This record gives sequence, C-alpha cells and structure tokens, in this order.
Amino acid sequence: MTDFLNAIVALSNFVLIPGLAYGAQLALGALGVTLIYGILRFSNFAHGDTMAFGATMTILITWGFQAAGITAGPLPTALLALPFGILATIGLALLTDKTVYRFYRTQKAAPVIFVIVSMGVMFIMNGIVRFIIGPDEQRFSDGERFIVSARDFKEWSGLREGLAIKTTQGITVVVAVICVTALFYFLNKTRTGKSMRAYSDNEDLALLSGINPERVVMVTWIIVASLACIAGVLYGLDKSFKPFVYFQLLLPIFASAVVGGLGNPLGAIFGGFLIAYSEIFITYAWKKVLVYLMPEALEPSGLVQLLSTDYKFAVSFAILVVVLLFKPTGLFKGQSV
Amino acid sequence: MIKVENLSKHFGGFRAVDGASLEIAQGSITGLIGPNGAGKTTLFNVIAGVLEPTGGRVTMAGEDITGLPPHKLFHKGLLRTFQIAHEFSSMSCRENLMMVPGGQTGETLWNTWFGRKRIADEERALRAKADEVLEFLTISHLADHKAGQVSGGQKKLLELGRTMMVDAKIVFLDEVGAGVNRTLLNTIGDAIIRLNKERGYTFVVIEHDMDFIGRLCDPVICMAEGKVLAEGTLDEIKANEQVIEAYLGTGLKNKDKVEA
Repeated sequence: MTDFLNAIVALSNFVLIPGLAYGAQLALGALGVTLIYGILRFSNFAHGDTMAFGATMTILITWGFQAAGITAGPLPTALLALPFGILATIGLALLTDKTVYRFYRTQKAAPVIFVIVSMGVMFIMNGIVRFIIGPDEQRFSDGERFIVSARDFKEWSGLREGLAIKTTQGITVVVAVICVTALFYFLNKTRTGKSMRAYSDNEDLALLSGINPERVVMVTWIIVASLACIAGVLYGLDKSFKPFVYFQLLLPIFASAVVGGLGNPLGAIFGGFLIAYSEIFITYAWKKVLVYLMPEALEPSGLVQLLSTDYKFAVSFAILVVVLLFKPTGLFKGQSV
Repeated sequence: MIKVENLSKHFGGFRAVDGASLEIAQGSITGLIGPNGAGKTTLFNVIAGVLEPTGGRVTMAGEDITGLPPHKLFHKGLLRTFQIAHEFSSMSCRENLMMVPGGQTGETLWNTWFGRKRIADEERALRAKADEVLEFLTISHLADHKAGQVSGGQKKLLELGRTMMVDAKIVFLDEVGAGVNRTLLNTIGDAIIRLNKERGYTFVVIEHDMDFIGRLCDPVICMAEGKVLAEGTLDEIKANEQVIEAYLGTGLKNKDKVEA
C-alpha cells in the first residue's frame, strides 16, 4: 500500500504537476496563435518572440520594483509588474500591426505572405529582446518558492517520496484559469467577442453586417498581446527566462494550436495539455515510479526513459506531423492549414 | 437613388462588367436579369464595395460611393445578400440577426466591461427585434438553432431577415429565390413587397425565375456580357430581340434555314 502511494506521489511530483503547469503555459501561448489564425488568417511566427518581449518588459519592471523595495509578500514581484508588461506588449503589437501588417492587409495579400512577414517580424523582435536584456539567462522570481515543499510533505505523510508544489506552478494554473474563463466569457457573451467570432466565421458577411474590420483586428491584437505576455512571464517564472527558449517554444505552441484545430480556442487549450503531457510522458525516466510498482525481481535496471529530454521538441514535431497527415483540421474542428 | 456610370470590372483580360450604366429609382423594386456570366453578381460586388472597380463611378443620392468598403456602405444604408447564403454558422439564427446592426455600444473594449447596463438594454431591444423578424419570416421555431444547420431556403430567409434588422435604404438581393421551393419563394416575395411598401426599402433583385421577377419588379434591367442591354417592363424586355439573342444565341434567327 505504501508502495502504491509512493508511486502516486512520485508520479504527481514529476509528471502530473509539472505537466499541468507546462500545459497551461502552452495553452495560453496556443490561444494567441489560434486567435490570430482565426481572425487575421495567418500563422503568426512572431508569437514566441512576442512572449519573450512581454517577459523582458515584465522582468525590467520587476527589477525596478525589487530595487525600490516593492514586493508582493509571498508572491513573486513579477505579478505586480505583469500589468505594465502587458501594456508594453500591447503597445508593441499594435505598433507592429500599424506599421507592418496593415500595409499587407490593405493589399489583401495572400496568407503565405503574411506568414513570411511574421517571420521577419519575429527576427526583429528577437533582436529587440536581445538588445534590451541580452541573450543570457535571467532570474527574476522571488517570494516564497514552495506552496508545499518536499520535506514538509514527507514529514506530514511519512512517505519516502516527497511532493513539492512550486508557487510558480500554482500561480500558473490559477492565472491560466482566470485568463481562459475571461476569454471565453468575452468571446461568447460580449458583442465585441461575437464580432470577432463573426469575423472569423465569415469575413464577407461580417463586413456586410457593418462590423468594422480594423476594430476587430485591433481588439484581437490587444487580447493576443496580453495572452502572450502572460504566457511568457509564467513560463519565465516557472522555468527561467532565456530569449532563445521562447523561440524554441514556438514549435510546441504551434503543435498545440494545430492539434486542437487552428482557429478553435477550446482546441488550443486541449492541444496545450496534450503536447505538454506527451512531452513529459515520453521524456520522463519512469524508473522512479516503477520501482514502487514492480515486484523486486522485475525492477528495471535502466532509467526506463523512452527518449532523452534533449528530444522533447521532437515529440511535439512528431505529433504535429501525425495530426497534419491524418486530421489536418485538428482534433476539434478547426480550419485546415 | 443609385446611379452607376460607365462601371467596369476586369479580372485580368476578362471583362466581367464592361462599361455598365444604369439608374435605380428610389422606392422601386428593380429586377436585374441576364444569362449566366452576364456580370450581374460582379456588378453587385462592385457596388457593394466587395470588389474595387476598374473604372467608372457609383453614386448614392448624389454622393460618390465608388470603392467604399462594405462596412461603411452598410452604415449608409446599402445592404446586400449573397447568391450562396452566408451565415455565421456557429451562432444561432437569432444571434445571426442580432449581429447585424453595426456600431453597438458593446463594440468597444471599454464598454464591454464598463458599460454593461447600456449593453444589456440594447441587447434586449435587439433580441425583441430579432424575434419579430423571425416571426415575420415564419421561422420563429429556428431562433435557437445553429444557423449552419438550417436548410438552404431557410438560410435565404435569414439573409433577408438581416436586411430587416436595420433601416436599410437600398437592398441588393442576389438570387434570393435560388434553391427555394415555391411556397417559400412566395413568402420571400411577400416580404419584399411589404418591406418596399411599409418601410420604403428600394430593392434590386437578381433572379432567374421570371414569374418571381414579373410579380415583383418594375422596371427590369437586362445585362449580357458585362453591359446593360435593355431596360423596361418585363413584357418589353421579353419582346426585345437583343435580349432573346443574348439568352438563346443567334441560332434562333436562322431557325427557318436550319429547318429547311
């Protein structure tokens, strides 16, 4: 019985809880990608770097707060800085739209041109972020590190395995739930949200219903920039901030959006968790869990790790390819790519 | 009301609309007929701002509206429907209608969160209006059905219903009767006449069903190969030789020779 409990605790500690936090981060990122795809009709490759920019701004402001002695008590100071980071990201997104994307929109450029343009934007944002904060790793989390620490848990339960829940993991999940709830309320219940859905559903008809396309586009960028900034900061808090990592995150984020069905917000959330758990399941060394479950004679001598963690991006890539081959519209009905 | 002067729209070398000029009188129900590929729908698209004209001018009540985007024309009271019915498929029929009037309070991000009461009042009024329109179109029972799932004819009714949600001045109906059964077609016809009489809507109707055209429209304009061929009552049009030629080809003239 204790063995079984130990196995469950080990599983939660190393797989379930980190997966939940990572999935929430991917889901928030994928929501941004999917919204842009649904409304502006292109795959926004600059999304990862928009996240990096948001995180950069939030980090700078966090450092400012820390220097001024303003803290949020047990919570990370970054949470206080987040609203300002969001504003800065919104500013950048609207500026990019006004100077770059609008030009192509008035020309009614083909989606593939937008994709290439977004890659250009990506490289520029990439440069801006490195220019501002440098290419190195930055730490900016402070406050209480754990909600439940492994040692406390061991003492309390008397088990050999400890269960640690990091503050950042808790914050990630809570913030993600709030964002998603607000987003769905917005899309389904408010007039602006409905205009966005209408525009995504049938552009011609939306225009002929008197919906102002520029306003829809603007609101979309505002929402997407906010989501990107939040996702970027949560990821940076939970892991660590490194500009290059956000560029790499693009792959799992796109995989999440495509798996769920591009243009479908519910699908993006589902996709985020699917990709996160697949990555962790395949790259986790299962020995730790199996030693408790297998009879002694059958105990694995190896790590029982299907793939080394170096290959974690290969997992999302493989899922992406399989989905595109067999169900290009995604698991939830989205637009095909 | 609407004056089209020498309007043309070319797609590469193909002249879909080729110097068409016509005038639509206030309060009329004008029929627009012509063989397939005559440029009727393209003409609609250019007038309604979906396509940029290659040349020419469109004026509405003296004001130049050439090339204005659709949503601006909408606010000027110029509406259109589609040949193949368009709908917001994931929304209910009622929501489809409620989407229509532009410039609602809830459209700005600020009001979405801080003008809740005003939005609620507005939506209540809209909802009542949408229900009224659905009643008028005899499809009240579909109010909560997803618009993507109702039949083709019912989507056509919904298209017409959309024009009733606002005070339109002029409505362009593109084959509103295509794929619609007789009974439903009569309902649509009645609705058009009623809107014309009671609300003073001006209509321009593209239609292939001559009975429908005959019942509703005066005058009738016939187009062929991007040009306006003839204008007059349906009987005049029917008697016009150029029109017969456009529909049936020149072969008919040589009919006697062929038979001999």
